[in-house]
Amino acid sequence: MTDVNTQAGASVAGPPMVLAEQVSKSFGSNEVLKSISLEVRRGEVMCLVGPSGSGKSTFLRCINHLEVLSAGRLSVDGELIGYREANGKLYEMAPKEAARQRRDIGMVFQRFNLFPHMTALQNVMEAPLRVKGLPKAQVEQNALDLLARVGLAERSSYYPAHLSGGQQQRVAIARALAMEPKLMLFDEPTSALDPELVGEVLDVMKGLAKSGMTMIVVTHEMGFAKEVADSLVFMDGGVVVESGDPDEILTNPQHRRTQAFLSKVL
Amino acid sequence: MSSNDTIRPAAGASPTPAGSNDSEPVKAIRLRHPWRNVFAVVLILGFALFIIDAAGRPAYDWPAVAQYVFDRRITQAALNTLQLTVYSMVIAIMLGVVLAVMRLTPNPVVKSLAWFYLWIFRGTPVYVQLVFWGLISIIYQSIDIGIPFMEPLYSFETNAALNTFTLAIIGLALNEAAYMAEIVRAGLLSVDKGQDEAATALGMSWFQTMSRVVLPQSMRVIIPPTGNEVISMLKTTSLVTAVPYSFDLYTRSRDISAETFNPIPMLIVASIWYLFFTSILMVGQHFLEKRFARGLGDRQPDRTESTQTGAITGTLPVIGGNQPTVVRPAPGGLPPINPPPRDPGPVNPGSGDVK
Repeated sequence: MTDVNTQAGASVAGPPMVLAEQVSKSFGSNEVLKSISLEVRRGEVMCLVGPSGSGKSTFLRCINHLEVLSAGRLSVDGELIGYREANGKLYEMAPKEAARQRRDIGMVFQRFNLFPHMTALQNVMEAPLRVKGLPKAQVEQNALDLLARVGLAERSSYYPAHLSGGQQQRVAIARALAMEPKLMLFDEPTSALDPELVGEVLDVMKGLAKSGMTMIVVTHEMGFAKEVADSLVFMDGGVVVESGDPDEILTNPQHRRTQAFLSKVL
Repeated sequence: MSSNDTIRPAAGASPTPAGSNDSEPVKAIRLRHPWRNVFAVVLILGFALFIIDAAGRPAYDWPAVAQYVFDRRITQAALNTLQLTVYSMVIAIMLGVVLAVMRLTPNPVVKSLAWFYLWIFRGTPVYVQLVFWGLISIIYQSIDIGIPFMEPLYSFETNAALNTFTLAIIGLALNEAAYMAEIVRAGLLSVDKGQDEAATALGMSWFQTMSRVVLPQSMRVIIPPTGNEVISMLKTTSLVTAVPYSFDLYTRSRDISAETFNPIPMLIVASIWYLFFTSILMVGQHFLEKRFARGLGDRQPDRTESTQTGAITGTLPVIGGNQPTVVRPAPGGLPPINPPPRDPGPVNPGSGDVK
């Protein structure tokens, strides 16, 4: 873990991968995010933990503009998300430009959201083929390699309905990786899984973290956070309560709210 | 292979040694249903009586039915009816998709316009609409194309441009589109919102998301009621005499019976053709439904594949692809993100000391 840290530290060149400055988000009068400021370095694995409704998922969805910010600024790899800045003014992006930004940000959902009418292979091939317009043979080879990497080579012709939850989630990870993203967002990737199947998905994510991918993971798996994460952020009620080294926070939480939460989940 | 434990035994696999021969099959005398049998016999007898009676009844005039069922005028009319059905349904489905999408857009003007269309075309009888279309050349003597309040670029005499066949198709299609719009809208709404989000997160455009992800999945919901509508449309074509278009199956057979003074066999002739077409349409619907149930039915993906070996290397038939795909293990350069042996140590290192 320490070598991952130093690696990530060494490769900090240019802007941080994700920079959130006083990000706020309201649904009507309900303020879900209250002035969140965060920085995720290149190659860093950040775990977002906290009780339900604390705004973790909403923050994650703001990063690839699935939710529109109410206030603040959010940039990925130095590029403002969802807006163009010119002459000191912000211009809302056209859907096409927003889609171009999303290409580079992979997202894995709690409920997998695989396309049920396509096989595992077709799921992985869809975006590189249609969005990037790459040649089919190359896309197919790359997709098969990715499925092999997540341990599902022999399941490539299966439809999602014939795969277990853990296998579906691994296909979903392969699908996101097929776009060669520079950042991966995981929205409670193991919360919808049987306890037996959680391990296989976490294994894939650990491997991905070791390969140097920048990852933001919303999770309730404290073991994973402790082992893999470079930093941990505890959120509650739409604010960051505590953040820093995962070992530190998990073993010696400073804030009373963090202590209360951790005493229940650990 | 971590996934081996989930593999089901192949169809021909030998049964598990334990427990397969030990238990006896249940030997019990089956429950009898005497009244069920009696009822069935009565129904069959009653039906047979009706058939025998109908075969000999002079008013049906079966020789006349046989004479006219392949009459050239009738077969031509049957073909016209089929064309009316197909053309108007194709237009109705396309327009229905447009209207359904219009109703789901955030733009309030577009939404209201689609609603207004539905209100008009669903709210008035199709017969009345067809009469209106027949009178279109009186309302609009010419069709001008060009910039408003300027000399038109093109101008048609309505009467010359639109014959009764075209008007019948327009009338049927515009009416049907209102119903199709609701069917398509229900289909689009039936697709989980997560599908839309997943496609969006992959960088797919709205159009790609619709055409590749949402529409194909909504087809499962759209096809059964659309099959209903096609069959309904086939029969609604008998109303085009209101336009007046008189070469469809029903109107043509009525015209013939007006000459022969023998209406009943002609009604049977028309019914035979209607039934023939609806039967074909039902078969077509069955295959369409199967096609769009991909990945959702209980059908196994690869019956032929020997799943028991669990081998990574091999040839897998890819559904939807034409040639088999060779699956190779990841080349040496790529590190597997799935390290097969899990670190036993720090996975959840004694949660006790964390507390």
